Amino acid sequence: MSLDRRSLLKAGAMGAAAITAPSFFTRSAAAAETIKVGVLFSLTGGLSIIEKSLADATMMAIAEINAAGGVMGRKVEAVLEDGASDPKTYNEKASKLIVGDKLATVFGSYTSASRKAVLPVFEKHNAMYFYPTYYEGFECSRNVVYTGAVPNQQLSNFIPWIVKNLGKKKFFIVGSNYIYPREMAKVCKILMKQNGAEFVADEYLELGHSEWGSMVNKIKNSGCDAVLSNVVGDSVVAFYREFKNQGLTHDKLPICATVTSEIEIAAMGAEYAVGSYTSFPYFMAIDSERNKSFVERYRAFVKDPKAVTHHALESSYFQVFLWKQAVEKAGAATADAIRDGVRGQEFDAPNGHVTVDKENLHTYLTPRIAQWQADGQAKIVDAYPQPVEPLPYVAYGETSSNLFCTPKGLDASKLKKS
Amino acid sequence: MLDVIFIGLSLGSILLLVALGLAITYGAMGVINMAHGEMVMVGAYTTVMGALWLNLGFLASLPLAFVVTALLGWAIERVVVRRLYGRLLDTLLATWGVAILVQQAVRLEFGMSFFGLHIQGLGPGLQNVKVPEWMTGVAGIFGNQVNIYRLFIILVTLVLTLVTWLLMYRSEIGIQVRAIMRNPRMAAACGIDVQRINGLTFAYGSGLAGVAGVMMSGFKTVFPDMGTSMVVDGFMVVVVGGVGSLFGSVLSAGLLGQVNGGVASFTNDILARAVVFGLVILIIIVKPTGLFSFKGR
Repeated sequence: MSLDRRSLLKAGAMGAAAITAPSFFTRSAAAAETIKVGVLFSLTGGLSIIEKSLADATMMAIAEINAAGGVMGRKVEAVLEDGASDPKTYNEKASKLIVGDKLATVFGSYTSASRKAVLPVFEKHNAMYFYPTYYEGFECSRNVVYTGAVPNQQLSNFIPWIVKNLGKKKFFIVGSNYIYPREMAKVCKILMKQNGAEFVADEYLELGHSEWGSMVNKIKNSGCDAVLSNVVGDSVVAFYREFKNQGLTHDKLPICATVTSEIEIAAMGAEYAVGSYTSFPYFMAIDSERNKSFVERYRAFVKDPKAVTHHALESSYFQVFLWKQAVEKAGAATADAIRDGVRGQEFDAPNGHVTVDKENLHTYLTPRIAQWQADGQAKIVDAYPQPVEPLPYVAYGETSSNLFCTPKGLDASKLKKS
Repeated sequence: MLDVIFIGLSLGSILLLVALGLAITYGAMGVINMAHGEMVMVGAYTTVMGALWLNLGFLASLPLAFVVTALLGWAIERVVVRRLYGRLLDTLLATWGVAILVQQAVRLEFGMSFFGLHIQGLGPGLQNVKVPEWMTGVAGIFGNQVNIYRLFIILVTLVLTLVTWLLMYRSEIGIQVRAIMRNPRMAAACGIDVQRINGLTFAYGSGLAGVAGVMMSGFKTVFPDMGTSMVVDGFMVVVVGGVGSLFGSVLSAGLLGQVNGGVASFTNDILARAVVFGLVILIIIVKPTGLFSFKGR
């Protein structure tokens, strides 16, 4: 099966490159002095649903930087590559960008699988990777700048809030069967214990599986009073639909999700999600001038008046500016200069103020909890008063006074003790 | 307990809904139709497009999807499959190619996306299908809460199975189809227009997949890849049931559905899938021709 699928993806990739090339490559002006950066997302294959929008947001940021005069007076030129929803392709394309094109910076990846696949390339050849997606943590690379949320930034406010404000005490944890939901579940359990709640079950369904009959029936019979969902991808739609079809309602038994975003809500139909909750640092509905202008510019950029924005997309956008500031601070666009320059770098992103942590190169973000409304938009019901420190090893006992990941790398001895 | 049986029944009916068309194309015509899953996908997109462009309701899409996919199936038979009868593995590869073409046509919006044009309802993204309000939620039957949508799927599957049975075993054309199944050359010698009947059979099988697609679109996710996994499940049912036996497909879908639902309820969904695949392997080892099969020539 995989052989034929790959050739299909390749054919699609060429097509996608043909569409995007004319508008994105800004080769005309001062070609000799441009700073080249890699942009590596899946433009074809199953994950292109999301990753295409991340590539668009990255391109938009680059276009805006160029329109405002570039970086240190030099234009930024993007080298766009297609990861084709396949980790192996990701690895090959990363090698091409770093070894072949000799680039120092690449923006890319949505799934952890693709990030893990390119990581050895970046570490071996010392290049910087800017990764925009919320992920499971448990990683400490000096070659990656992580601008999405880690588990403590999605859960540390979420679970206490559910317990306190909704009065829920018995959770049913459900997720797709791979590393992200399983790591999230670990953090969930720690937080539930701390807040005097308990979990009645911790269940998983194959990634991409869309048959929810048995699982929802189990939820129904479990006696839980809230569902904590780490379900990912297209399964989300089938899950929420089955939930309603089995007569469950979010006012009695809310689904509290960590991955359900504007995209899935639009696909399932808002009526299936009304009243459920999601925790993310960014929602399209954030009521600020900066965000409204961001959404407007994004829609104009992709020429789709109905395009939705979401957390990983927003991170894809602002991380390019963090990179720009890092280059300008360090005065050079080499990997070592960027790594030094990006530590502690701050930016006013559409979601609010973001800062790159000096220690672990993850990003301070502001966790928000939103309730989905009938129009398919989120209503933010709770926001942290300030950005929260990223702790990628929180599931293993990391706290802000006992960091596992520092510029020296991961302190593995701390990991063993926990 | 009753809810577990109902879930099993519903899983079985979904399997059968997808497998019914395959049982006919594979069973009757000896064509491994890898594009069957894409027919399901086209059926689902017909629902999406029907609602967007023709303002069609969910139920009105059922006949439309049948017609659209039947026509597409007929065209595929005319252009590709017709030249490959008797070459089982070649049909597999050729229809696989067709499947990729169909999938890409939807993803690339018939190539329009190359020119920067966007056709609403197509493209690589997830699509939304509106389901009538009365079909969501539960109904109380004998003191049990029953999922209306799944009940409706069971009903549609029942009706389609009955119609297919009537067509195959109680109609003129069905006799001809079954004659071709047993021995195409002898059937031709008896004056049956094998080409015409094959074209119609393939179209009917594809049409059934289209109807399955409409039903899937209402409670699963609609996107270009959605058919790929379904075709695997479909073949599983047909192979276990016995190639060419409608009754065998019904029984095996029921069996696999109940096993899946039962194991999932008492352990978990991941194990349930493994058990189902294990069971399929076991059945194929013990009865290589499936549970019910006749000796074809």
